[in-house]
Order: sequence, then structure tokens, then C-alpha cells
Amino acid sequence: MNIFYHIGRYTQMLGQMFSKPEKFSVYWSRLMDEIVQLGIKSIGIVILMSAFMGMVIVIQTATAIDSPLIPAYTVGFTTKQSILLEFSPTIISLILAGKVGSNIASELGSMRVTEQIDALEIMGVNSRNFLITPKILGAVIIFPLVIVFSMAFAFIGGWFACVSTELVTVDRYLYGIEIFHDNDMMYLSYALSKTAVFAFIMTSISAYQGYYVKGGSLEVGKASTRAVVYSSVLILLFNYLITQLVLI
Amino acid sequence: MIEVKNIDKSFGDVQILHDINFKFEEGKTNLIIGQSGSGKSVLTKCIVGLHEPDNGEILYHGRNLPTMRRKEKKSIRTEIGMLFQAGALFDSLTVEENVMFPLTMFTKMSKKEMRARAKFCLDRVAILDKNKLYPAEISGGMQKRVAIARAIVMKPKYLFCDEPNSGLDPKTSILIDSLIKELTEEYKMTTVVITHDMNSVLEIGDNIMFIYKGKNHWTGDKNSILTTQNKEVTDFVYSSKFMKMYREKII
Repeated sequence: MNIFYHIGRYTQMLGQMFSKPEKFSVYWSRLMDEIVQLGIKSIGIVILMSAFMGMVIVIQTATAIDSPLIPAYTVGFTTKQSILLEFSPTIISLILAGKVGSNIASELGSMRVTEQIDALEIMGVNSRNFLITPKILGAVIIFPLVIVFSMAFAFIGGWFACVSTELVTVDRYLYGIEIFHDNDMMYLSYALSKTAVFAFIMTSISAYQGYYVKGGSLEVGKASTRAVVYSSVLILLFNYLITQLVLI
Repeated sequence: MIEVKNIDKSFGDVQILHDINFKFEEGKTNLIIGQSGSGKSVLTKCIVGLHEPDNGEILYHGRNLPTMRRKEKKSIRTEIGMLFQAGALFDSLTVEENVMFPLTMFTKMSKKEMRARAKFCLDRVAILDKNKLYPAEISGGMQKRVAIARAIVMKPKYLFCDEPNSGLDPKTSILIDSLIKELTEEYKMTTVVITHDMNSVLEIGDNIMFIYKGKNHWTGDKNSILTTQNKEVTDFVYSSKFMKMYREKII
């Protein structure tokens, strides 16, 4: 189907999502549920991946530096820059796009094929507003926090690699993390802002794919796959655009 | 009362409904019958506002649904209860929470009042003891009963049932049919039932529209449907062996 048709319908979905809720208290509790489902329940996997990635970055950087002219603290500095600028906000967002995106698309897709969305509409509930808005808002609020956890545990992972391999001393590693900190706050806000953009992309694209499913369970599966693929591609595209806009 | 006038509906180049006219009477069970693919579900979705008809009027006590403003449409929808073919209960909510859901969204009742109303409705459909279970933990027939309880919890003026007996055994089907009939009379609702089950037609068919190839082909009631000479209707009614035997017996 025409790409403009999908862009139009996606825009229309976003427009209809942001209307006045039928009952604020119900929406508040739905928002809290989504924060727990999408964010808090992802923290475990994020911590695990971040810690291992931190370890690997330290080992790879330390073994790649051959020249005695390059100071040992470069390992800490490189680890910080990689984690802060790219690894935590982008790679973790891509991983979350897989986990959260397929979850949202299959949940909404199943609700569509079992007529639960029709049931909401017939009751007079704005189903886009009720089902999709809390997911998007929840992800935009909680994912930056998840990324802060990711950064912290990646640094801890790096520290563990220093201790266990003795490729770099912990002192030099920590010194490398601390130096040249003038831009750190700017980098942190850049990382968190782009995480919020990625959160919006992955939840809205996945919701779109799930909400408009037609057919049966096979189509729900296909919609989940599309949700992950399109979200990932768009995250990469926006990563490039935001980086070019902010860092150049 | 709901009245549909000159309803046309197409999807792309395929015209599904052709100039449908019918009055769904208040306090009666109005049946839309016909073969699979004849347009029954599309017509119902047009009537409840899930599809927009290409032409025609859908009058809820004189108020035309397609031309209503969003606010007015919303208020009409709170007067509608619908029983879906597969129940359409929310998987993440318990039976009781499912029934309480419309109350939570549209009333200012306290939790205690909502519970009492949900309890009353669940009791009315004889499934009160399952109130703490999730939809996946109860049988298809029970899910239908819960869906009926959810449909009537707001005391609707209009009740729509999309093939309420599909997937149910004959005994449970009769139970669901009787429940629909009793509730229609009790709440004086305008009830619209889509079915192709002849048992339902004979049990609850107060006012029947037979749709054939997207057109209102025949109208009548549960008595006249057995004696009509309309070929398409008789083909439909006497398609089963049991009904053929019945016809031979009465002839």
C-alpha cells in the first residue's frame, strides 16, 4: 500500500490519541501500569547487557592501544564517550525496540483481532487515547531513566573488567572517566533527549502496526515483526539526524 | 427504536449493502439473518457506528447517527450494549473488572456501588461465582454470559448481539437465547441479534429481516418464516436435515 497512506493514517492516529481522557484517574493508573510494564520490567535485561558491554568495551579498547605514548586513562575516557554518546542511548534503545515494540504490536494486534478494540469503541471509549497514549507517554518518561541505569552499570562493568583483567588500573580507568568533563552534561542531555525521541518512535510505530492489524494471529505475528524492523530503522535514521543536528 | 433508511455500503469496488430499510422495534428481539457473507455483520457495524455507511440514515429514536457530532455520538454509545461473537472480554481484567469497566469509565459511582451493580448483573446471568477468574479461565458459554453482563451493566437502551450462539452447544445456546429475550423484555431494550442459527430464529425471532446478497430480501417473524413461499428464505430455513424433516411432517 502507498507509503503516503500509512503516513497519513499514522498522523491521524497520533492526532486522535491526544484528546481529553474520559476519566483522568483511569488514565493515570494506566500510565503507571505502562511505566512498570515497559520500563521497570526492562531494567533487569538492560543492566545485564550494559554491564557486559562495559566490560567488553574496556577490554577491546585496552588491547587495541599498543603505543606507549597513549596514556592508560584513554581506556576510561573512550569507554565513557562510547557509553554516553552511543552505546546506552542507541544500542539499548534498539534492544528495547525489539522487546517493547513486539510486545506493544502483539498486544494491540490481539486486541484488534479479538474485537476488544471494537468493544471499547462501542462503549464510547476513544481506544487510541485509552490504549496507545499511556504507552507512548510511559516510555518517553521512563526510558531516559532506564538509560541512566544502563550508563551506570556499563561503567561498573568496565570497572569490573579493569579489576579482573588488570589491563588498566582502576585508578587510571576512573581518571579517564572523570577528565575532560566540560561537555559531559551536554552529552548526557543529548543522550537522554535522543532516548526520549527513540522511545516515541518505537512505541508509536509499534502501536500503529498493532492497532491496524487485519486478519488473524498470523497477521499479528507479521505486525510484530514489522514493528521491530521499522522502529529499528527509524531509530537509526533519527540517531544520525539528531547527532548531525546537535554535535556538529 | 432504531430505523435504518436506504443504507448502502461498499468496500472499494465491492458493494456489500444495497438500499437497506428496516425498523428495529423497542422491547423486541429483532433478528438479522442470512447466509455467511450476505452483509449482516457489515450492516450491524454500520448501525453501531464502527463503519460509516456510504448513503442512508441510521435513526436512534429519530437521531441520525452518521451526522451526529462526536459528543452526541459518544453519548449514544453509552446507551449501547454489545455482545461480540467471541465475547471480546478484556484478557487482562477479571470477570468482575470486565463487567465494572463501563461503570469505571463513564459513571461517578463509588467502587462499592460499582461492585454491587456488577454483582447484580453477574448474578442475573448466573455466573456470580466466577467473578474473580480471568476470561481465559472460564468456558466459551460462560464468557458469553459475562459479555452479556457487561453489555447490560449500564442499563442500555439498545443491545446488539453478534452471533451469540456461535461455538456453543445446543443447551447453552438456548440458555443464552432465553437470557437475551428475558433481558430485552425486562429492560425494554431494542435488541438486535445477528444469527444464522435456526433454533435462535424460532426461539426469539420477534421481528426478522432476511438479508440476501446485501439486500433486505424478506421481513417477518418466527411464525411467518416457517410458512413463507419466498424461495431464498425457505432454502435458508430448511437447509438442515432436521428442518426438512419438520417441513415434511407439517405438510
